[in-house]
Order: sequence, then structure tokens, then C-alpha cells
Amino acid sequence: MRALRALVARDLALAARVGGSGALSLVFFLMIVALVPFALGPDLNLLSRIGPAILWLAAVLSTLIGLDRLFQADEEDGSLDLMSGSPAPLEGVVLAKVLAHWLTTGLPLALASPLFGLLVALDGRAMAATALTLLVGTPALTFVGAVGAALTASIRRGGLILAVVVLPLMIPTLIFGVSASESALGGTVPFTTPLAILCALSLIAGVIGTLAAAAALRWSE
Amino acid sequence: MRLTAQDLAVRRSGRRIFSGLSFALGPGEALMVTGRNGAGKSTLLAVLAGRLKPEAGTVTASEVGEATLSECLHVVGHRDGLKSPLTAEENLAFARDLLGAPTASPQAALEELGLGHALRLPVAYLSAGQRRRVALARLLVCRRPLWLLDEPTAALDAASQEVLAGMMARHRAAGGLVIAATHQALGLVDARELRIEAPAASTQAAPAAAADEVWW
Repeated sequence: MRALRALVARDLALAARVGGSGALSLVFFLMIVALVPFALGPDLNLLSRIGPAILWLAAVLSTLIGLDRLFQADEEDGSLDLMSGSPAPLEGVVLAKVLAHWLTTGLPLALASPLFGLLVALDGRAMAATALTLLVGTPALTFVGAVGAALTASIRRGGLILAVVVLPLMIPTLIFGVSASESALGGTVPFTTPLAILCALSLIAGVIGTLAAAAALRWSE
Repeated sequence: MRLTAQDLAVRRSGRRIFSGLSFALGPGEALMVTGRNGAGKSTLLAVLAGRLKPEAGTVTASEVGEATLSECLHVVGHRDGLKSPLTAEENLAFARDLLGAPTASPQAALEELGLGHALRLPVAYLSAGQRRRVALARLLVCRRPLWLLDEPTAALDAASQEVLAGMMARHRAAGGLVIAATHQALGLVDARELRIEAPAASTQAAPAAAADEVWW
């Protein structure tokens, strides 16, 4: 437990000191959301109708930023060998690293989404719904991404392969994330149904992603 | 602890690195792994550390209680496992928390290696030799019976080499094991030598490590 706490603290300290992926993925998120109104034109009704979908799509894409370095950086400098010598199981190491990664990328993204919702003319209710779905949905994205990151840890320039491997696996989360945010705006399905499925997806991804990423790291050794 | 390697053979990317390699180490003993560049010294250490699976043969640790082999060893190699943005102290404190069984504070360990002044410096500011000394300080912050050292004296000055020799002597006196891949004398008193030979050069000089088939 002490080992895993130290690992989370180290990754957070590294993220704070280097800057890097957390801030970068937030800026990338802003870029995509800002580009869409330019492409679609100033039709506020259209924008607010597809706003949640845009935010979710931007979130999926910006999760990919920095994900390729999640295990690769530790693999390159030998820290991963150090971690495999720890009494803590490799699954715990993966869990701690993913948690730290989510705290520096997924969480800021969810917290900033109401602000970016302004750019696509969302009203208050839709903003809150989208932020909530991102908050419970981004862990699933990060865990799914961690499997790809572990698979490509020892490949140089594995970032693109990572995106190709991981994006299809993120589709279910995207579907239920968007449908939950849209059901908050009205419709036949109550908000809680897709939200509950989204929570379930995050929990499932948490278990499978941790085990699969640890297995991939062991296998690459 | 006691370490036994029996009939190890390793193949990487289809190429046989060495085979038929056996040795046994008891408490306080040291093994120097020698051989020319590319002979497989680092590969042997990687196998012992559990990072590579041998094609044949076994590595067993006994008299260590319930700990697995990878929980009994320290590795200091070319990839030093240090994070450049973090200070030397943070790196060592992290290693201590991660590996468990703390023995010395990061400050005491660094002072022993003559790097007390670098405690709060980011590792990125340190020279290659200083980085190596920070990595070696990891050996002191937590207790592990087996030290796997891959060319530990690379980039070290003469004074630090003596400090390292003293550290290894104390570790062995306390019943620890040292396995070092090296090209030079490390100041290890009556260490055994395991020479990994390529077949062309080998003229039965090292029966313990007859690497019989190597394809280049």
C-alpha cells in the first residue's frame, strides 16, 4: 500500500514538474471544441444539439495525448524494472499509475468541460450533465487506453499504433456517454439508465484494463 | 540467501546467447561475470532479475522465506531507473517506499557516496558518474540480499570505486550476495569468476560456461 501511494505521489510530482501531458491534453480538448463552430457555422441550435457529442469526441481524442508515455517512459529509463522488483503486485502498480494519469488528464478534462460547453452553446443543464458523464466515463477511457499503452510500451513511436488499437475499444463508452448527456436534455430514456451503464463500463474497464495491462507488461518482458 | 542457477540457456530473437551455464552462490559470496562485449553478461543479469525467461534451465533462491527472487534483489544497470525531473532525495525516497525494508535515509546513503550536496538537486543536473552514484545509493536505502550490478564502475572516479568496494565488502560480511558483470577488478576479495565465452574464442577455458552454439 505504501509502495503504491509512493508511486501515485511520484507520478503526480512528475506531472506537476514537467507540465506536459495533463495541460497539453486540456489544450487539445479546447482546440477541438473551438474548431467545431468554425466548421459548422454559427447555427446555435445545431451546436447545442450536437454539443455533448462534440465534447465527448474531443474528450476521447484528448485522452490519447500522453497515454503513449504512460508506461514507455518508465520502460526506457528502467523504472519499470524497479517496479517489477517491488513486493506490490504489477496489477497494483498499473492501477496506481492509471489513477495518477487520470487525476492529471481525465479529471481536469471533466472539470473544465462546463467552460468549454459555452463554446458549443450548451445550456446549464446540458453542461452539468455532460460534465457528470465525463467524470464517470473518463476512467473507462483511461483504463482502456492503459492496455494499449502497456502493449506498446517497448515500441518506439508507438503512439499511432496505440491510437489505432485503443480507439475502437472506446466506442461503447462514447455511445453511452453521449446518450446519457443527451437524455438529460429530454427524450424517452431517463438520464440515470445510460449513466448507470456508463458507470458499469468504467468499473468493468477498471478490472479488465488493470489485469490486461499488467499481463501485457509481463509478456513484453 | 542461496542462489542456484542450473544449466541456463538463453535465446534472444532466435539467436543462442549462451547455454549450459551453472553456478551456485552461498551467503557472503560474490561472482564476477566476465566476457567480451556482447557475450551475454547483461543478458545473464536480466535472466537472474526475472526480466527475461531462460530457454532452458532454472534459477532458484533458497533460504529467503516467502519472498520471490525478484523481491530479494537490487539491480543497478545501464538504465538507472532515475527520473531526471525529481531530486536525488525524491528518487531514493521513492525507491525506498517502493521496494520496502528501509535501512538508511536517502541523505545518509548519498553522504556515504560523497553526494550529500546533491540531495536537493534534480538528477537531470548531475553528471553521468554522479547519476551512477545516486543509483548505487539505492543499494543502501533498502536491504536486499542479492545485488546484481551491471558494470557498476562505469563512469565512476577512483574514490567512488573504493567506496563501492567498501559497500560490497560490508554487504558480503552481512551475508549478502553480489553478482557483477564487469571488465575490471572491482575490489571483490576472493570472488569467483564466471567467464562467458563465445565458441570461436573458447578453448575449453571455462567449463562452467561453455557457450557452445552462438549464431550471429
